This record gives sequence, structure tokens and C-alpha cells, in this order.
Amino acid sequence: MEVLHAVFAAPFLDMADDPVFFLEVVIGGLMSGVMYSLVALGFVLIFKASGIFNFSQGVLALFAALTLVGLMTGTMPFSLQKVLPEFPPIIAIALTILVMIGIAFLIERIVLRPLVNQSDMITFMSTIGIAFVLEGVGDTMWGSDVKVLDIGIPSGNWVIGEMYIQIFDLWATAIAGILVIVLAVFFQKTRTGRALRAVADDHQAALSVGIPLKTIWVVVWSVAGLVALVGGIMWGSKSGVQFSLSLIALRALPVLIIGGLTSIPGAIIGGLIIGVGEKVSEVYWGPLVNGAIENWFAYILALIVLLFRPQGLFGEKIIERV
Amino acid sequence: MLYREAGQFKRSYEADAAIFPIAQDRWVVMVFVAILFLGVPLVASEYIYQAILVPVLIYSIAALGLNILTGYCGQLSLGTGGFMAVGAVSCYKLTTAFPEMNLIVVLLLSGVITAGVGVIFGIPSLRIKGFYLAVATLAAQFFLNWLFNKVAWFQNYTPSGTLTMPPREVFGVLVTGAEALPRDRYLFCLALAVVLGLAACNMVRGPVGRAWMAIRDMDIAAELIGFRPFNTKLLAFSVSSFYIGIAGALAFGVWLGSVETAEAFDINQSFQVLFMVIVGGLGSILGSFIGAAFIVLTPIVLTNLMVYGLGLEAVTAKHFEFIFFGSLIILFLILEPNGMARLWQIAKEKLRLWPFPH
Repeated sequence: MEVLHAVFAAPFLDMADDPVFFLEVVIGGLMSGVMYSLVALGFVLIFKASGIFNFSQGVLALFAALTLVGLMTGTMPFSLQKVLPEFPPIIAIALTILVMIGIAFLIERIVLRPLVNQSDMITFMSTIGIAFVLEGVGDTMWGSDVKVLDIGIPSGNWVIGEMYIQIFDLWATAIAGILVIVLAVFFQKTRTGRALRAVADDHQAALSVGIPLKTIWVVVWSVAGLVALVGGIMWGSKSGVQFSLSLIALRALPVLIIGGLTSIPGAIIGGLIIGVGEKVSEVYWGPLVNGAIENWFAYILALIVLLFRPQGLFGEKIIERV
Repeated sequence: MLYREAGQFKRSYEADAAIFPIAQDRWVVMVFVAILFLGVPLVASEYIYQAILVPVLIYSIAALGLNILTGYCGQLSLGTGGFMAVGAVSCYKLTTAFPEMNLIVVLLLSGVITAGVGVIFGIPSLRIKGFYLAVATLAAQFFLNWLFNKVAWFQNYTPSGTLTMPPREVFGVLVTGAEALPRDRYLFCLALAVVLGLAACNMVRGPVGRAWMAIRDMDIAAELIGFRPFNTKLLAFSVSSFYIGIAGALAFGVWLGSVETAEAFDINQSFQVLFMVIVGGLGSILGSFIGAAFIVLTPIVLTNLMVYGLGLEAVTAKHFEFIFFGSLIILFLILEPNGMARLWQIAKEKLRLWPFPH
């Protein structure tokens, strides 16, 4: 009886007791959900456009953040000496975008083109390979110590009544929102965006009406690189640029499958669900089991969603024929 | 024409259904196994046992298990590390609770327990497929590791949270604990690997294996012609987890001696075993062994080459190792997506035709 009470009644009573705190937890969850969505977006973009499950998204984010920090501190690649001029954030970001486009080009040319038409498992494995290489290259180029990333996003708390909201999180949400709107306009209104959606629908049909697949893939990986950069900046300014940044990919996976691998709105809503669920369960149910349930809660939640909707909440229905 | 099967007539169904129907294959395998059992102990040093031979054998068993699930039944799993942890913890709990129990029985029971856990986490595979399933199996990885870390009962309430294997004997020979001779550990693992390898070989070429492969190739079609996906998939999950559990128990008991489950069986283990299966060859028993040897040996060789050969610092060497390892995987996938087992097959074909090109 006591156990039942502790699991099913007490947490809800706590919530009702202190609604302001509950709201604070929920808002905190929504904010961290936005950060998950940022990473998940990169996965969805690539999966939609090329059917590749891109495991290297987290490492892309790490690499982008490392490059940005390196440029901003004027580090000479591979020698770790600060001899170059220090670039202001805007120029450094622009240069990093160029680097990410270069990487997209290399990945398409070296890895993906020879692997066209291989099974999904093979391309998935190749992205794990990419993740290893990028991690090694990133560490050799810029050093593996923890770096501080500060591009001038204001920090501090914003107090409404009794509630504390971190201003940084608000900025993150705003930036993520702008990113999503830009992506939506890009996908819906531009010529390249339409071509991307055509490729996502059907590779062969797209090819036969004259859409160049190779260019499209470079574009997709560049866009994923850009999303990775934004994610890397956000996570990097929050917790420092270091190896563990690449592990956010693992946090984003359940977001993906809750939202559905093929849905951009799904990635965002999935992120919010996971963010809120994680924070609320950690605060209210965590103490029952000694805490640290953040690591697996999202996965179990995803598992339950999948049992009822195998394609995720917003994914395209999987139709199979013999 | 070093290698030909001409003139080898089969006079009975038994001969036709043998594991190695060609005499040369049979001899090569037998000589190889004999060398492993008799020759290696004469020359190997403690370092070779502990850093190369024992891990290769243990990972071979884990790779066999994953290959059964992923290579033969087509269910992509990233929960290998979690299942290895189940094997290790079961082995620890069983052997400390029943010190008199024979270590082989302990290992088998650990496998059975892991199989049970595997079936539970395999149930979603009936509804979900492909990458969705892969992510679902990650739930096993994270949840199990958290469970063993948080619940002190699994660690027998030791304050450090480390599992330490007490010394245990098999037929009067010490194989676990600090006192055990590396040679005995190696021979014990080898015997298990050979037995489990043979068992897997026989499973995958029988009705069970054919059902798995039918499900792998097209599950709806397999269902229509009468294979039950429920039984078949869950059987694959249980057999696979049985192997992986034994590998985990061996890794803990015989190889490492004491582990912290969350660290020793983390997500990287899952990826490593997956690499072994893919580099070795999906759907190949031989491939599991080759893949395990390759993935265990490559980093050792690389580190030795770079640190002692080129005089690089250990940290830099580690980074280069990452780059090299990743490139190697990509290169392999591009050049031979069917894995090293396929290379071996091609080599045999070539030997058959040699010295002619066609």
C-alpha cells in the first residue's frame, strides 16, 4: 500500500501542493526538450532525404563546436598553439559553416557515393565509422581538453513572481524556433527544398525527373551540419565543449522514435515530450529509486510509445507488401 | 589446384549433411583447433593470453550471439552490453550464493537468465522493426546498467559497487580469481567457444536457422508460408542472449576478474560487438570469430605501432587510433560489405582455380 501511495499518489499531491514549482519544472523540461529537438532535427533531415540513419550527428555537433571554439580563440589546427588572429563570433560562425559544408562534401564523395544502394544497416554502420573519424580528427586538430564556448548569449535568471527562468534557455528556444522556421521556409518555398522533398519521397522518381541526387545529398548533409552547429553552440555554451557533447546523440534517439523518424514536427514535439517527461519524472519519481533515471527514462517512454504506434507519433505509416 | 573437391564422393546422407563436407576444410579446421589447444600453450606468454587470446575468444562468443540475432534473424540490436552485464551479474550472484556449484553450471544458468531477460526486451520486436527496434534495444542497455548500478543487492552490498569473482575450479583446475594460470583460463574459454561455435553452426543450418533466415529475408512472406514470427523472433532473442550472457559471465569471471558493470559493459561494448559481426560477416559463424579477432587485435597493433614504433604520445596515438579505426570500417563497408568471411570464401574459390584465372 505504501509503495502504491508513493508511486501513484504522493507525486501528484506534491505537484498540487506547489504548482509554481511544478510549472518551473515543466518549463525547465520544455527548454531542455528544445535542445534535444535541435539534435533530433539533424537526424530527421538526413533520414528523410537519403534513408540513412546518421549516427554521427552528435559528433558533427561536437566537431562544429570544436571548430568554432578553435577559430574564436585563434588556435592553429593540429599544433594547438594560439598564433592565429582571434575571430569575432559572427565571422567564426560563418567560417565554421563553410567547414561543415566542406565536410558534407567529403562525406558524400568519399563515403556515401560508393555505398549507394547498399542496405540500411551498411550505411548506418558507415556513419558510425564517420563518427569515429570525425572524433579523432576533431581531437587531433583542436585538442581534447574541455573548452569554454561563449558567443555572447546572455545568461542569468529571469524572475516572474516566484518562478526562475534561465534567460539562456529562452534564447535557446528562440534560436531553435528561428531555425525551424528557416528550415520550414527552405523546404517549402525554395527550389532546392522542393527537390529535397522529392528525393525524400522517392529516389528513383526524383532521379528520373532530373533532380541531381549527388548535389541534393551534399545539400542535406550541409543542412544537417548547420543544425549540428546550432546544437553544438547551444550545448557547448551550456556545458562546455568536450567529448561528452557527442553523447547527446544518444539522448536524441528516443526523441526521434517518439516523434517518428520521418517527421520534422515530430522531432520537435518528441523533444518537448521527452524533456518534460524526463524532468518531471526525475523530480517527482526519481527519489523513489535513488535518482539518475534520466539515462533510461526517455528510452522506456519511447518503447511504450512504439508498442502502440510502431512508426512513432508522427511518422509515416509503414506499409509493407510481400 | 591446391583445393578441390573432385573425387570426394558422399555415400551416405550423414556425409552429405556434415558441417564440413569437403575434406580439406575439415582438415584445416581440425588442425587449427588442435594448434589452438596444444600448440598455443607451448609458446604463448601471459600478456598474449590476457590481452589477446582470452578476449578474442570471449568476444567471439558474444559476436556469435549477436550474429544469430542480427545476421541470421535480421533484428538489429544495440543492447549487447546490457545483456553481457546481465550475464556477469547472474554469474556473480549465483557463484557467491552457491559456492559449491560447478562453474560450468553457473555459466549455463547465467546464460539462461540472460536469455529470459533477452526475451522480455525482444517482445517489442514483434511490433517494431529496423532502426526503431535498434533504438528500443538501447533501452535495455541503459535500463539494465542503471539497475545493476543502483540496486545494491546485485553487488552483494559491497560499498565500492565492484563485482569481484571469487576463485572457482572446474574439474580441479582453478580458472577464476587472481591465482588462476592464464593458460587454464584460455583453455577453458577455448573449450566453451568451440562447443558454442559448433552448437551455433548446427542450429543455423537446421530448421531453426532456416526459420530465422526466412524471417530475416522477408518477415511477412515468412509468416504467410507458415513460420510463426512470435516463436521465431523470440527464440532468436533468447538463443542470442544466452550466448551473450555466457560471454558476459566469462568476461567478468575469467578475463577481468572484477568489474564495475556500468563501466565494463557500456554502450561502447554494444557497438564493438556489432562491429565484429559486420566486419566479420553478417550471417556467418566463421565471420564472428574472424571479426572478434580483428576488432580486438587492431587497436593493440595500432597502439603498439604508434607508441613504440613511431614514438607518439599515448593521447595522440589514441586519437589516430580513432581515425584509423573509423576509416577502416568505412573502407571495409565500401570494399567488402559482406565482411571478412566473404574474403575467406573468395580466397577458397581462387585456390580452387589456381593457377588459372578462371
